[in-house]
Amino acid sequence: MKPPVFDYAFVEHLDEVVELLAADGGEARLLAGGQSLIAMLNMRLIQPTLVVDISRLPDHDFITLKEGVVEIGCTVTQSDLQLWPGLAESLPLLKRALPWVGHRQTRNKGTVCGSIAHADPSAELPLCLAALNGEAVLYSSRGERVLAAHELQVGTLETACEPDEMIRALRFPRAVPGVGYGFGEVAYRHGDFAIVAIAVLASTEGVRIAVGGVSEKPEICEWPLMEDRFLNDALNDLAWKLGTTEDQHATAYYRRSLIRKLGRRVVGEALACVG
Amino acid sequence: MTINVGATVNGKEVSAEVEARTLLVQYLRDHLGLTGTHVGCDTSQCGACVVHVDGQAIKSCTILAVQCEGANMVTIEGLADGDTLHPMQEAFRDNHGLQCGFCTPGMVMAAVDLVTRYPRPSEELVREQLEGNLCRCTGYHNIVKSVVAGAEAMAS
Repeated sequence: MKPPVFDYAFVEHLDEVVELLAADGGEARLLAGGQSLIAMLNMRLIQPTLVVDISRLPDHDFITLKEGVVEIGCTVTQSDLQLWPGLAESLPLLKRALPWVGHRQTRNKGTVCGSIAHADPSAELPLCLAALNGEAVLYSSRGERVLAAHELQVGTLETACEPDEMIRALRFPRAVPGVGYGFGEVAYRHGDFAIVAIAVLASTEGVRIAVGGVSEKPEICEWPLMEDRFLNDALNDLAWKLGTTEDQHATAYYRRSLIRKLGRRVVGEALACVG
Repeated sequence: MTINVGATVNGKEVSAEVEARTLLVQYLRDHLGLTGTHVGCDTSQCGACVVHVDGQAIKSCTILAVQCEGANMVTIEGLADGDTLHPMQEAFRDNHGLQCGFCTPGMVMAAVDLVTRYPRPSEELVREQLEGNLCRCTGYHNIVKSVVAGAEAMAS
C-alpha cells in the first residue's frame, strides 16, 4: 500500500480537533480535502501517527460576507468557492486564479484553507492571500489568534501555525472600487504548480504585485503609478531581484524572463479593469 | 487500525473492513473487485482513477476510503445498462477514442461529469476540462472527438 500506517480519527467538533492535535505532540496531521496531504502520504514524504479528518466538521462550510472581508471556513472546497455566486463581485482575483488550482477533480475535494496550510511556494491560493493581504484565523485550546498572510507563511511548506493550532477560517479582503485585479501563470501543464505565477492589484495610485514560484513564499512589491516605459524597468529590476531560483523545471534566466513578460501582461490586465 | 467502510457503489450497498490508510481506488479494486478504475500515478496527476462520489468527479488515488463512508459512488462499471453501453462509452468506441485503453475509464468518467455541467461542449472546452486526464498514447484528438460525440448522444 502506498501510504504509511497511521491512526485515523473522524471528528465532529472543533475542540475535539485541537485536543487531538495537542495530545499528539505535533505528529498529527489534519485531513480536510487531502489533495496535498494524501499525495504526500502516497510518496511517503510525511509519516504522521494520526490523521484527523475535519472534512465534515459541522458549521465550517461557510463563505460569509463581512465588513470588508469574505470569511471562508475550513471545510469549503475550492469548487465550492468557484461556484459561490458572490465570487466575481467580491473576490475577482480569486475568480481569475481558481481555474489554475489543480484540476476540477482535485478542486472538488481540495479546500481553500488546506491549500493555505500546505503553504506550497508556487501554489495560487497562498499567492492570492498574500497579494490581497488577507488573514488566517487560527484556533487552538488556548483560544483564537489572527495572523496576516505574510506572518502566516514563513517558508516552503511551512507556516507559523503551532503544532496544536489549526486554520479555522480565512479572511480575504473584498474587492475595492477603483482597484483592478489580474492573475497569470506559466506552468508546464495547466493545473501543475507554477513556474512563475503573478497576482496584481492596480489602481490610479499604484500597483501591488505578488510573485509566486520564485522563492520560499510569495514575494510582494509595491510601486506608485508610473509611466508605461518605466514599468518595464521596474519589472526588470524585480526580475533580477527575485528570479534567481534554478531547478529542474526552469533556469533562472527563464524565470526572470517570465517575471518581465508575464508581469507586463498581468499588470496590463489589472489596469484595464480599474473602474 | 481497521475501519468498516460502508457505501453505495453503482447502486449496490457495499461494505468492507479496511486499514485507515486504504485509498479509495484500492477499496474499489482490491476489496470490491471493481478493477475498471485504474491506478496511474497515485499523486492526482493523471486522472486514470476518476470516479464519481456524491455526484462529483474526484481522483480516487488521493482520497482515503474512510473519507467516503456513506457516500454514493459511481465507477466505470456502473455506467452501462446491462449489455447496452452508456452513450459516452459508445462514442469512445465509435470514434476510436482509445488506443491502449489504460486512461479510458478515467477519461470516460471525467467526460460524463463534464457533460452534466456543459451539455453541448465545444472542442476547446473539452480540451480545457480534460486537462486533469493524461493519455500516454497521446490519443487526445480522438478522445476529444469522442467526448463531443458522446455529449451529443447524451443530449438526444
